[in-house]
Amino acid sequence: MKDFKTLPNVIRLPHKYGAGPVVTKFYNGLREGKLLGNVCPKCRKTFVPARSLCPECLVKMDTWVEVSDQGVLVSWAYTDKEFFGSPVKPPFVTALIKLDGADCNFLHLIGGDLFELKKKLKKGLKVKAVWNMEKKGHMLDIKYFEPVA
Amino acid sequence: MAEEKKVDYDVVTDEVAIPYELAYGETWTRFFDGLKVEKILGSRCKGCQRVLVPARSYCPRCFEEIHDFIEVSQEGVIVSWVLTEYEYFGMPTKPPFIGALIRLDGTDSNFLHLIGGIDLSDAEYVRRTIKNGMRVTVVWNAEKKGHILDIKYFKPLL
Amino acid sequence: MGRPVAIIGSGQTVHGKRFDVNYPELVNEAVEAVFKAVGVEPRDIDGVVFGTMPSMMEGVALTHFYFADVLRAVGKPILKTETCGSTGVSLAITGYYWVTSGMADLVLVVGSEKMNEGDSQATMTTVVDPFYQRYFIAGAPGIFSMQSQEWSVRFGIPEEKVRAAATRISIDHHNDAFNNPFAHIKQRLTEDQVNNARIITYPVRLWDVCPTSDGACAMLFASEKMAKKLAKKAAWVKGVGYSGEEYWFGDSDKVVWQSAIQAAQQAYDMAGIRNPRKELDVAEVYNPFTFQELLYYECFGFCEFGQACDLTLKGVFAREGELPCDPSGGTLCTNPIGATGLVRVAEAALQVTGQAGAHQIPGAKLALSHAMGGVDQYNGIMILGSEK
Repeated sequence: MKDFKTLPNVIRLPHKYGAGPVVTKFYNGLREGKLLGNVCPKCRKTFVPARSLCPECLVKMDTWVEVSDQGVLVSWAYTDKEFFGSPVKPPFVTALIKLDGADCNFLHLIGGDLFELKKKLKKGLKVKAVWNMEKKGHMLDIKYFEPVA
Repeated sequence: MAEEKKVDYDVVTDEVAIPYELAYGETWTRFFDGLKVEKILGSRCKGCQRVLVPARSYCPRCFEEIHDFIEVSQEGVIVSWVLTEYEYFGMPTKPPFIGALIRLDGTDSNFLHLIGGIDLSDAEYVRRTIKNGMRVTVVWNAEKKGHILDIKYFKPLL
Repeated sequence: MGRPVAIIGSGQTVHGKRFDVNYPELVNEAVEAVFKAVGVEPRDIDGVVFGTMPSMMEGVALTHFYFADVLRAVGKPILKTETCGSTGVSLAITGYYWVTSGMADLVLVVGSEKMNEGDSQATMTTVVDPFYQRYFIAGAPGIFSMQSQEWSVRFGIPEEKVRAAATRISIDHHNDAFNNPFAHIKQRLTEDQVNNARIITYPVRLWDVCPTSDGACAMLFASEKMAKKLAKKAAWVKGVGYSGEEYWFGDSDKVVWQSAIQAAQQAYDMAGIRNPRKELDVAEVYNPFTFQELLYYECFGFCEFGQACDLTLKGVFAREGELPCDPSGGTLCTNPIGATGLVRVAEAALQVTGQAGAHQIPGAKLALSHAMGGVDQYNGIMILGSEK
């Protein structure tokens, strides 16, 4: 097997993302243990996380509502492979959850005892958010969602 | 100055780190193997007869493959240079340093590298001393890794 | 050449440090502005062209996907083009190709950047290859310093004269920016302030350099049919040119700068221009560095090589001169990289349609816009006129 010369190179780039007013308000909701969504004045759909514009009607959404932190599992994927710079350490389950009161799916994690969980996961499973004690205004203020007993 | 809007919105900080492993390929491996034994290799295009350095397998103007690798002179003249003293995140070379385009004798393209072997702490001195057209010669690193910095820098012949 | 194409409207954000909005919201500002200016609906748009600096600048890859909502691109064909600093002109040329080919009647073209969210110099370092060149090029200022000093030495222009001409440009443009509601840096400067400002890389000093700006620009390219239906005033595309050089810095001459000369020549040939300084009414030249603007005057044939400094000091390229350059303040005052080139095109369009407000050059009918990309590698030009 021929040995080819390679150059290792790591690019590190720091970023500061400006959240803007809508995302900041959503994050402030997280800080208070609430999931805030906004409602489109035209199509009346509720989006969570809150968005700057309704993705279908392209209008600003100034009406805010508190959405339940419970919902049903729509789909999921179990991951145990790690890659360089993984934001969340495997094993973990990413999931799309339809929260009660929302008209779109919420992307987050299913957590707890994953070995046990693997048997329980199915479409339509009722799940509820498990919040971190310490909240920072970050999506992971919700640690994960777990099946409702 | 244009007024910056007063803001109290969140700013999310993050650092992306992405690892790469880049293949050299046959031609560049040959160039860097040349550096290991203190040779600077160029290539001569059969079409335009230009000698290009670093060596390459393809003439970008004639669109022809080049198979003629030749050893080029290790001395030449400064075509242009700049002294860098400021620093930014992730800069590959720590300032102060002089980046320069050097026309090695007998070649038809300019070679980008460092000018060194002089005191860089006084910018005025550097500006008085380093001039376009000045002759320079290579200074090799004792330790060779098959890397562009196997050439430590080019020293002015004062 | 295909069918006639016109720019029927443009929108810009107020460029600057924009932590008051997130990136999609910034782009939305420019898109909403152009939709409002022309009075169109998303359903009228046949396709979208978007571009910006490499993803590493803001840390979200595939920004044209990220902005699909605000670009009103859902359900539409979308093209992305990235050519570093010349992105804006490449975007304009792409929009132009799409309409002139007959495959679209109305195309939305958008460029943006939110540079303050990333590290621009660190990102730009990745443009340079890591095998041979990355150790020796220290960001944009270093490259332009090298280019500028090679030019002045070769043509025997005394350092003091180059400095004086560059200072004149800096003072004029930072002043011109007060007449541009979208410009980022507006400043009344003295010669003393500019000549003695902090050195970045000699001879480049603080006031010779562009700022780090956040901003977006949006524009509508229309067929003749659409322009008749929608526009009160249209800026017709008269000429385009785009040319580049080899990758490695050192392979080609950046003084008698072939890609700049050729791009201009292509555009002039298409527009039927023989004497650019006489025939053009205004030129929005890409000028992130004062020194480089002088070289562009020469490469674009506004004067002979070696003469730009003399003519600049005589005021030939100032607001009241024979060929006003960058009455908007130019890139020197406002540089959201992915949008910058498009802003040059937008400014040229505003000039030839008499909509440039306080910085209008009276009677302007033919305008040049330009941008450069890479390590002095590619140049692009678009010439707009008030007549079809």
